[in-house]
Amino acid sequence: MSTTPAIGMDRQPQAALAERCLYYMSMMREIEDRIERKLYRQGKIVGGVYVGRGQEAIPVGTALVARPDDVMLPAHRDLAVFLIRGVSAGRIFAQYMGREGGLTRGRDGNMHMGDLKHGIVAIISALAATVPVAAGVAMALRYKGIEGVAFSYFGDGATSRGDWHEGVNFAAVQKLPVVFICNNNQYAYSTPLSAQMACANVADRGPAYNIPAEIVDGNDVLAVHEATQRARAHAGSGKGPYLLECKTFRMTGHSAHDAAHYVPQGLFEEWGKMDPITRLEARMLAEGWAGQEALDRARAAVHREVDEAVAWAEQSPFPDAATLEEDVYESR
Amino acid sequence: MSTTYLEAIRQGMWEEMERDPNVFLLGEDIGVYGGAFKVTAGFFEHFGEKRVVDTPISEAAIVGAAIGAGLMGLRPVAEMQFADFITCGFDQIVNFAAKCRYRWGAAVPMVVRAPSGGGIHGGPFHSQNPEMWFVRTPGLKVVAPATAYDAKGLIKSAIRDNDPVIFFEHKGLYRRIKEDLPAEDYTVPIGVAKVAREGRDLSIITYGAMVWTALEAAGKLAEEGASVEVVDLRTLVPLDRETVCASVKKTSKALLLHEDTRTGGMAGELAATLTEAVFEYLDGPIVRVTAPDTPVPYSPPLEQAFLPNVEKVVEKARWLWRY
Repeated sequence: MSTTPAIGMDRQPQAALAERCLYYMSMMREIEDRIERKLYRQGKIVGGVYVGRGQEAIPVGTALVARPDDVMLPAHRDLAVFLIRGVSAGRIFAQYMGREGGLTRGRDGNMHMGDLKHGIVAIISALAATVPVAAGVAMALRYKGIEGVAFSYFGDGATSRGDWHEGVNFAAVQKLPVVFICNNNQYAYSTPLSAQMACANVADRGPAYNIPAEIVDGNDVLAVHEATQRARAHAGSGKGPYLLECKTFRMTGHSAHDAAHYVPQGLFEEWGKMDPITRLEARMLAEGWAGQEALDRARAAVHREVDEAVAWAEQSPFPDAATLEEDVYESR
Repeated sequence: MSTTYLEAIRQGMWEEMERDPNVFLLGEDIGVYGGAFKVTAGFFEHFGEKRVVDTPISEAAIVGAAIGAGLMGLRPVAEMQFADFITCGFDQIVNFAAKCRYRWGAAVPMVVRAPSGGGIHGGPFHSQNPEMWFVRTPGLKVVAPATAYDAKGLIKSAIRDNDPVIFFEHKGLYRRIKEDLPAEDYTVPIGVAKVAREGRDLSIITYGAMVWTALEAAGKLAEEGASVEVVDLRTLVPLDRETVCASVKKTSKALLLHEDTRTGGMAGELAATLTEAVFEYLDGPIVRVTAPDTPVPYSPPLEQAFLPNVEKVVEKARWLWRY
């Protein structure tokens, strides 16, 4: 079902990278649009829906840098990480719909999913809880002599939690191979950044732990990709963790049931002009990396792929209630 | 040569580390210093800093890192310096570790060692028995050995287990009890209780340090003619209902004993279990002897009043025996 475009040998590497970025960002946008604006409203998704609309450049630009031995710990607005690691869109829809075909087979919903076969650890609802876990993953990679890096994702609000500070501090003390990736979308549910922290940037927290911290335009996927290469090179070289703050904006409410009345309308308009997908397409046209026709074809292909994925998920059965008590412990 | 409870835990961890290179330790002051109670003395020198990791004072990071390492196939043993501080890593244990397998099929082999219990004048933050917070969290296994033999056998089983295990080791037993241990490798299975003393008239069901209190009480009651059976749970989750129920079916009377406070304690769960399973066999009310619902006090007369002891157990057991 997944159709990653092949990297053409005869084209500029930058053009090929842009094409991959566009594919994954468009897939994430289309999948989440279907989830939030169609399936949720049809009652086919019974639980919470938290999308990353407008933030697609961050999971895409970072995860495309990850190598096979790297381990991803995505947060709840990083859907593209799953696609890039080879999880099919159909399984993601099935996950949201509580079907057997989802990554948690109906045991959990939405972005609460992981699969170690794809090198992905599942988040829990308590934000920043995966940050110390990422440190442990990185410890294990080093322990086993694997040259992998842990990619630890979180939002701005998560950096207020003690787990975040304990995890970053521990990783810094141990010089662990972790890239900490913040999607600073400026709102934690309804709480604006100014009520979340007294410093101007999440990156300002880096010096307190003596780790390098960099701010990048989180709506420019190629810039995110380039910064992540620096971050990964640092973390993978034994020098310890790297903090990458991607500045962006949450173009939705916290969840599908939140109309975000508390966000000044002007901000949506302002940030709408910096939409990462529109921006990348414009760049591709301007650089001559693609023509309008090719972009239209790519968009149509994404629609078709998502149609097929939804159909696959809808035919996936609901879990059997008789399995309720299975897998709490290892079966013997 | 007799081995103390503390030395038994130490030996168990040492042997597992020698046996399996994936086993490693992390915690506060466990390396160079050898641990607040010296359970890990000598480990750092022998196994090195890679396998004996001194951490910052960060219980959430200790447990979180153990989870991450466990997910990657290592077998971390995390030490809480005192069981009381496990609260700082609570979310990682009950929300992260406990639910991984059920949610997304990921095994978290991990042991969290929690030195618990009172009687050492530790006061409210160095004496607690917080096992029930974990007993009522599906996905965790909870172990509380009473003897040196079981402490060694159970720490080894816990390390080999593929689910997260909370290992409550009673500080009051560390150097107080000792016994001869087998020279060869052995384990004690998780989830299997033991009849520590056989009897006909009444069952005392307990665990941890209170096993010794129960045995002493049983000895005193024997002088009065009562035949008291003592069941040592050894594991709280999964609970060995079969052994507990078999004992009460035989004696028809149950006294439930723990050092933990009363409300929501293990005794309540055992009482409900017995009522559901063996009500028809009971010849008397189910009786509880527990600490009262207060924080653990510091001053000796207060702490003595707080802790269950032989006299309290004998008095209640005698009443139940004569009922």
